[in-house]
Amino acid sequence: MFKNKSFWEMDELRIIVGAMVILAFATGLLVVLPYLLLEDVQAPEGLKPYSKEQLAGRQVYIANGCVYCHSQQPRDPAQGPDQKRGWGRASIAGDYKYDTPHLLGTMRTGPDLFNIGARQPSKDWHLGHLYQPRAYTPGSIMPAYPFLFENRVGLAKEGEEVVNLPAGVIQDGHVIIAKPEAIYLVQYLQSLNHTYPALNSDIREKRDSN
Amino acid sequence: MDFTATLLLATFILSLIALFLYIWSMSMGMFGDSAGAALTIFNENEVGLVDDPAATIAQLRELQETVTGDIPLSEELIKDDLRARAEADQSTSLVVGICLTLAVIWLLFASVAGLISSIKLHEPDWLTQYDWLTFGRIRPIHLNLVAYGWCSLAGIGVSLWLIPRLLKTHLVGVKYAIAGGALWTLGVFLGAVSIALGYSDGLEWLEFPWQIDVLLVIGGGLVGLPLWLTLLKRKVKHLYVSVWYIAAGLLWFPVLFLIANIPYLHFGVEQATMNWWFGHNVLGLWFTPIGLASAYYLIPKILGKPIYSYNLSLLGFWSLAFFYSQVGGHHLIGGPVPSWLITMSIVQSVMMIIPVFAVTVNLHMTVLGNFKALVHSPTLRFIVLGTMLYTAASIQGSVEALRSVNTITHFTHFTVAHAHLGLYGFFSMVMFGAIYFIMPRVMNWEWPYPNLISLHFWLVFIGFLVYFVWLSIGGWLQGLAMLNPDEPFMKSVAITLPYLEARSIGGALMTIGHFIFAFHFFAMGWKFGPKRLGATLIGSSLTNKIWSQFEGKNV
Repeated sequence: MFKNKSFWEMDELRIIVGAMVILAFATGLLVVLPYLLLEDVQAPEGLKPYSKEQLAGRQVYIANGCVYCHSQQPRDPAQGPDQKRGWGRASIAGDYKYDTPHLLGTMRTGPDLFNIGARQPSKDWHLGHLYQPRAYTPGSIMPAYPFLFENRVGLAKEGEEVVNLPAGVIQDGHVIIAKPEAIYLVQYLQSLNHTYPALNSDIREKRDSN
Repeated sequence: MDFTATLLLATFILSLIALFLYIWSMSMGMFGDSAGAALTIFNENEVGLVDDPAATIAQLRELQETVTGDIPLSEELIKDDLRARAEADQSTSLVVGICLTLAVIWLLFASVAGLISSIKLHEPDWLTQYDWLTFGRIRPIHLNLVAYGWCSLAGIGVSLWLIPRLLKTHLVGVKYAIAGGALWTLGVFLGAVSIALGYSDGLEWLEFPWQIDVLLVIGGGLVGLPLWLTLLKRKVKHLYVSVWYIAAGLLWFPVLFLIANIPYLHFGVEQATMNWWFGHNVLGLWFTPIGLASAYYLIPKILGKPIYSYNLSLLGFWSLAFFYSQVGGHHLIGGPVPSWLITMSIVQSVMMIIPVFAVTVNLHMTVLGNFKALVHSPTLRFIVLGTMLYTAASIQGSVEALRSVNTITHFTHFTVAHAHLGLYGFFSMVMFGAIYFIMPRVMNWEWPYPNLISLHFWLVFIGFLVYFVWLSIGGWLQGLAMLNPDEPFMKSVAITLPYLEARSIGGALMTIGHFIFAFHFFAMGWKFGPKRLGATLIGSSLTNKIWSQFEGKNV
């Protein structure tokens, strides 16, 4: 019924070798090569490592999935009006020297946050906005994060961080106290400031970014 | 720059040369016995005989008449061949039953998580008091339960059922597969709980903490083991195209998942390229091969005719592997990554037209002329719809990768809609069809309520149509609004709201469909409904006798 095996006949060995060679090729191009090229990238002079609290805040950012709505990668003016929106210059590989895991994001349900610390440095604004985004940005669809705060009837104790909210957000007699997670998260957001000049990039071909 | 340009050019030229060589050799007839290979999945005298265990007798009779115009007699089927197939089915029934049951359970949880995420996008103050229900946790729970719970376990179950049938022997090493499936499910459960508790690795598609990922790597390896053990004992000369896809997929996934999850290795921007190397390969080198393997087996089997062209399937397989594995970079267009990498990914995304063309022509040419069969075969309806949406998703993907289109769709809901076209429209639909085909063989029981199959089909079809069309439009408008510097950013949010609401409606219909499907699945599991003398149980032989009794009568 069957003729002799032709050269092209698929057998186990061919599938294994072929599949693995092709995967190795793709991995070489998309993982190994970027690894070798980016391994020695230096942090720009203006970039500081995160403090302990900021790193803790970064974990809160990850735990609550902020990355699913916010990118951290302002793009070149040729790709979109990111700069005109005040989101900052196009980012370079060195800007992410201390960012592991990376939080570049693929979605902009909300705005880019790579320079939110420069755009919005106020701690009060951030805490209040996390408690109820719609008190600050009408029409926002960002979730409220009441579980990062304590809603107490009565007074705050000494050393507690009371959130200053616009009138009408909470009932009279209540205070909203930020839990440590909220404070760390805000410290991380405030640290997102990459407005220093990006000079030492040889990875990405630079277009005129100002 | 010289280096990168050279690399790009070399890649491109290499691809083209390989392709032309391939086409040349194909035209010279160097591929040998292609017709024989396409016939591997049929027993002797079985070509021309339709098969759909999910169909009622009346449907089967109509199906047969639609495809061949008459009803062949059964006596010609060789008893030994049928016995071998029964043996193959028997050897897998336990492990396949377990995997598919778990998959269906995950599907329900995943659907509910998806629906909650969808509603939260337009009702941001709904259910905010619980941290584990916040959008940023329930959304990745949805994604991971769909990808690793429903899709992967359904794919594993279907693959395990197909392997011994394709190799005409019994499944060797069932216990490894059961252990693998158990470890895998445990991993999915623990992973979802971790995300709910806020322990996430932080990368899309790779949220499960790496300690838990170990379970999935070992589980995946164990599930693959029986394939290789069974291959050693195969009783067929030709490896049918479905075997290539399953074998490659079961090799690729553990490697991909392992490299992607090695802790403390990846960093910064390199991690981002790795992230999308993985994110796209898990679709292209894991779900797509399994989905195509199922379609390549079930479509010819249901229609009783071999696939259109063996050579095309060969082209489809290797070009899929080659081009699909390099497309991931297009997720980072405009990002802080080397520009050659993105250009390369865009080029390969466009080259994906070749494997898609090969698969599309092959599958649809097999169905061509038999579209009426869709009315009579519940299984075929799901699978043909799935393969059509595969074509649609792939062509959309190629177009979407182009810089000009991507500029608009990047960072928007359009991408989300596209992802659902692939993983739901294509993969999940094919899996539904495959489960309808397989479960009667596994359970030795018919689907108790055939009308529920139709209801399931129409609910998920209409639900998905609503989901996809409106979300795509909303995403496109969102992208246009974001590109316009004169509009405030909030415009791009406000403009999407009606479309997000429409998406929730579509998603709700899909979820209802899944609950009906699950109800039917478990009703069958508990052996509800009458034990009919159907095609389902006894195979074609007895069915044909029954048909001949019914001939001329309206049933």
